[in-house]
Amino acid sequence: MNIFIYDKTFEGLLTLVFDSYDLKIIPDKIVRNENFQASLFGEKYEVISDINKADRVWKGLSVKLSEEGCQKLYRAHLSESEEADMLIFKQIRNIFSKRHNIERDYRDELVLGIKNLSRKVSREACRMLEFVRFQKTADNIYFSPISPGYNVLPLIGKHFRNRLNDQQWVIYDIKRKYGLFYDLKEVSEITIDNKYFSALSGKIEETVLSDDEKQFQNLWKEYFNSINIKERKNLRQQLHFMPKKYRKFLTEVDKF
Amino acid sequence: MFSNEVSDKLKILAGAAKYDVSCSSSGSNRQNNGSGFGNSIAAGICHSFTEDGRCISLLKILFSNYCIYDCAYCINRKSNDIKRATFKVDEIVSITVNFYRRNYIEGLFLSSGVIKNPDYTMELLTRVAKELRIKEKFFGYIHLKAIPGASNDILKEAGLYADRLSVNIEIPTEPNLKLLAPDKNFHDVYSPMGFLKEGIIANKEERKLFRNAQSFVPAGQSTQLIIGATPENDMQIVNLASALYKDQKLKRVYYSAFSPVNDYDKRLPSLTQSPLVRENRLYQADWLMRFYKFTADEIVNKNHPDLELEIDPKLSYALRNICQYPVDVNKADYEMILRVPGIGVRSAKLIVSARRYGKLNFNNLKKIGVVLKRAKYFITCAEMNEGVININPVIIKNKLLEAPKPVKKVGVLTQLELFSKA
Repeated sequence: MNIFIYDKTFEGLLTLVFDSYDLKIIPDKIVRNENFQASLFGEKYEVISDINKADRVWKGLSVKLSEEGCQKLYRAHLSESEEADMLIFKQIRNIFSKRHNIERDYRDELVLGIKNLSRKVSREACRMLEFVRFQKTADNIYFSPISPGYNVLPLIGKHFRNRLNDQQWVIYDIKRKYGLFYDLKEVSEITIDNKYFSALSGKIEETVLSDDEKQFQNLWKEYFNSINIKERKNLRQQLHFMPKKYRKFLTEVDKF
Repeated sequence: MFSNEVSDKLKILAGAAKYDVSCSSSGSNRQNNGSGFGNSIAAGICHSFTEDGRCISLLKILFSNYCIYDCAYCINRKSNDIKRATFKVDEIVSITVNFYRRNYIEGLFLSSGVIKNPDYTMELLTRVAKELRIKEKFFGYIHLKAIPGASNDILKEAGLYADRLSVNIEIPTEPNLKLLAPDKNFHDVYSPMGFLKEGIIANKEERKLFRNAQSFVPAGQSTQLIIGATPENDMQIVNLASALYKDQKLKRVYYSAFSPVNDYDKRLPSLTQSPLVRENRLYQADWLMRFYKFTADEIVNKNHPDLELEIDPKLSYALRNICQYPVDVNKADYEMILRVPGIGVRSAKLIVSARRYGKLNFNNLKKIGVVLKRAKYFITCAEMNEGVININPVIIKNKLLEAPKPVKKVGVLTQLELFSKA
């Protein structure tokens, strides 16, 4: 059994594709190095991420596929599973093996698999556009915790940079322990220790909140309760659109 | 910092606005050019969902719930003894901006009871929008109610700041409107609608020539109809909506199932429950017109004046026109594929893309996401068992109604938002 181990980055996976062609060996299993166990039985190949190799594979793909077709592969990878890695690997080989562009052949299991995975990731990214809730700190930084199932942070930075372009903000993925920080000029990746916010609730300590923060949180809660039509109660529909797993950071929801 | 008074006002004036069903923030693509903050996303974004399952996209409030009118269907009618309040312009501006900066909302939807007269009220709404745009340099979404009877000059100014304007028709026919709202008439409703329509068309032309020309109501107009307060049938309502889309170029018509308010008023029907299923069917019919290329007449007509409550209008159409089926998914036009019950816009597009590569079979359709439980009676495809087609519509209907219901279809109001590029 051939086991390819890589560093879980997208460049790493593209490098893996390159190496596989180069070595003429097809992996039976793709393992992310964080999950690697030395006891795994089989021939092991460690992939070293190489931007040049990755770039060649990416350029090859962009000749074969539409821009959207390439982005689908990238988004599928953000779902962060080894099954997804294998699916992407197989699909890339599939793409290179055909003379024409196959990205819309939805009869094909691989094409459909990538499409569905990519859609799941996109949908969760959209959910984050909905459910990010900033708390304003005393030094005028707007902070929002998130904890999505997939690694969607790379997909949402642009939206918030375009929209909230005149305020400093941080969106922090508590599960993956990294975030985006916008400093009024550009968005960069950061890691912060959670001295000032609870890793559980994502709430910022009251002492470092801006003076008016509590007030607007309360107004928002009041609005949320007042706009509801009690006679039309439909908790199932609410649950469908606002699943419980996203509620813990929502300012307006007390019980979930 | 605000006093507690503002929080009380918010409670009253959000509560007073809740029966207006529109919440959409779609249709506008306003971009900040670096000179301000905020933007609009054409598809719209919902930010939260209340216990009634409806979405919150905009801060939806009334400027004031004082009103000079006494419309029977309205909780804010002047003869009701309720708590009244009026915002100040800067209070609304501050709440909007601060909510927006925390990503609570996409923008503001501001309506109002009529204070003094329509022009005075419209001026107040316009002033809020102007402050947001000019002083705060806010590029987020603004939806203003166009007050029936307001003059063209004020509407014109409102249109320069707002993304969407809406005049609510409320009651689908004029005699019934006059019965329930003696102070209102169709002329006062249609006159601003017509004026705005002309303005929007002219502005589109102007922007073709001058890309920097200021936009005028870029997300267009919408309206709302109350369902079940008056005896109109579905044919009247669907035909009215169809005409509003065609002649008035409206982007959206909203349907609001009448909630039994003011039950002391004998002009209103005594309902124990608001007609929510009927409202849902009307939304589905509306969808058929806007995204599935159905005409009003195909959905309801003299022989079939009301939508069936137990099945959706697309299935109902298919059963009444069974001679047009089965549809061969490998050959039929996109428009015809859209008419198959169980195939939505997304599946129809995937089918049309995929079949270029080769014939689709039952299994392909299933994987693509077609609801075969319904679709199987109305299609043919490769490797298909001929046995299931050409059944009598009565039998199909019974089979579908008998079949155990899967998860109940939810979310007419909001799920639509997803592909509403309206």
